Amino acid sequence: MAAITGQQAADLREPAGWRRTKNRIATIAMWVAFVLVIVPLGFVLYTVIAKGASVISWSFLTSPIPPSVLPASVGGMGPAVLGTIEITALAAVLAVPLGVLGAIYLNEYGGKGWLAQFIGFMADVMTGVPSIIMGLFIFAIWVLHFGFSGLAGAFALGCLMLPIVIRSTQEMLRLVPASLREGSYALGASKSRVTLTVVLPAAIGGIVSGVLLAVARAAGETAPLLFTILTVTEANPNVFSGANTSLPSQIFVNASSPYPGAQARGWGSALTLIAIAFILMIAARLVTARFARYQR
Amino acid sequence: MSAVTQADQAAPGSVPAGGLIGHRGLADRSFQWLALAAGLLVLVILVLIAVSTTQQAAPWFSAEGWGIFGTVWDPAANKFGATPFIYGTAITGAIALIMSVPVSVAIALLLTEVVPFRRARPIVYVIDLLAVVPSVVWGLWGILVFAPWIQHIYAHIGSAVDGIPVLGSLFGPPTSGASFFTAGIILAFMITPIVTSLSREVIATVPTVDREGAYALGATRWEMIRGVVWPHSQGGVVGAVLLGLGRAIGETIAAALVIGSSPSITSHLFATGYNMPAVIANQFGEATGVFKAGLFGLGVLLFAFTIIVNVIARWAVERSARRMRGA
Repeated sequence: MAAITGQQAADLREPAGWRRTKNRIATIAMWVAFVLVIVPLGFVLYTVIAKGASVISWSFLTSPIPPSVLPASVGGMGPAVLGTIEITALAAVLAVPLGVLGAIYLNEYGGKGWLAQFIGFMADVMTGVPSIIMGLFIFAIWVLHFGFSGLAGAFALGCLMLPIVIRSTQEMLRLVPASLREGSYALGASKSRVTLTVVLPAAIGGIVSGVLLAVARAAGETAPLLFTILTVTEANPNVFSGANTSLPSQIFVNASSPYPGAQARGWGSALTLIAIAFILMIAARLVTARFARYQR
Repeated sequence: MSAVTQADQAAPGSVPAGGLIGHRGLADRSFQWLALAAGLLVLVILVLIAVSTTQQAAPWFSAEGWGIFGTVWDPAANKFGATPFIYGTAITGAIALIMSVPVSVAIALLLTEVVPFRRARPIVYVIDLLAVVPSVVWGLWGILVFAPWIQHIYAHIGSAVDGIPVLGSLFGPPTSGASFFTAGIILAFMITPIVTSLSREVIATVPTVDREGAYALGATRWEMIRGVVWPHSQGGVVGAVLLGLGRAIGETIAAALVIGSSPSITSHLFATGYNMPAVIANQFGEATGVFKAGLFGLGVLLFAFTIIVNVIARWAVERSARRMRGA
């Protein structure tokens, strides 16, 4: 920044003093805004790492959840780690193929037609629906009839992921040059064949990276799981039936607990959760760097 | 059916619906229908959300009538008025916006106008990191670290302004670490990434020619921002802010942990309160009958609010983007 101001000082068209001062104040205000954001972010990450690192270990990630009164040295969060992996993976299995298909409709078939435009608009609106509403919705149409299960949680998370996957995939399909499609048509390929064997492979890097980011977001969600998995403390390897648990739900429970041991386990779970989100985010960047052929 | 074929012809780089060789295989057609079904799923889910939650909330609507907007929420007395939660949602949303919007827009301007493109990357990563921290982690930090710390500051401010007419009733005692204001601050952190990234997108569409024109007339960067960037991107930034508002009013878990959980309508911003998503999250497990229907009803209201806010916001953003492309 100093170099730039130095350059301006030598400039013959240099503005009058008070105008330059105003300009400088505005620039400084922008940097101050940035600092205002990184300080709390740094503080949060520091606290989570400092408090979580002392709790986390292999046995923390695999041991059963003890009663809240017990100190942090006892037990761990094994069932919650298992539950988060089960439920998030199942949600991805449900939402990703549907989202990619939906995006194919929007970009390859719907185009500028009113229906595709409307669906695209509503997908954007759906990304803004509060996550707790997804929980209420799945409770009303599924849990009331079939009971709490990991599957119900996966439905709720899937509803959250669907519009994100649709929009990010559509963005990537849009970048595939029309000439690729036209070349394949010229060879006599049908539209579905062109889409599946030419367009999708060309965009796969960007699609995978978008999906990973959607999974990262879903893995940290608590609200949709509150009314769908019930948050128990026992491990439940069967994702299709019976109450389950997850890391975010356990953090929610432990955050309002008065016992230091439970709070420490909460910090450990928070660090685990942030680590999972980080790994997914870095994986997304790597995939983009390695496989994306067409970038924004 | 007609919608499909009609839209088909408009698709970019597409071939006529019949294909170039005159007929389309069954597989080809069924794939198209499958894709359409997946696309329609979005609309189906949105309609189902509205129908199923309204159905569950029906007992509340019929039991209370206009009483749903009553000011008392007391399950023990069988009184279920939603106003304390609507009030709390509005207050925390307003606090979050007031704190987050100037900062977000300033960062968006920093990224588009001040920092060179290549060096903006790391800053974007940092802002994205904010979005990666899960809601519940903000809540955990908020209640165990932030609230106890800021409680002292609230107490100082509270005793300082006590007795002063307007300030006293806004920031005076009673004060509590978990309060409307704490929830507003945490929500502000959480909506900053989305407001920043959308404002940045909108500001980036301002034509470079216009910027250069302003500089050529001798404008400073700040004058250029005020004269060129702001008029061009105003509408879009309003849309971005509304999307931030949509996030803030729907954000559940962080608010549930730091808002203090007591239904109250008070001008004291440092006092404990409640908002709509938080009360659903906290009380749903123990609720039955009209109580449960009432919580579903709060969900319906929340869903309606966020849909309205999001539709207006998306419309504003898209309109501004379209105008920019036309310009």
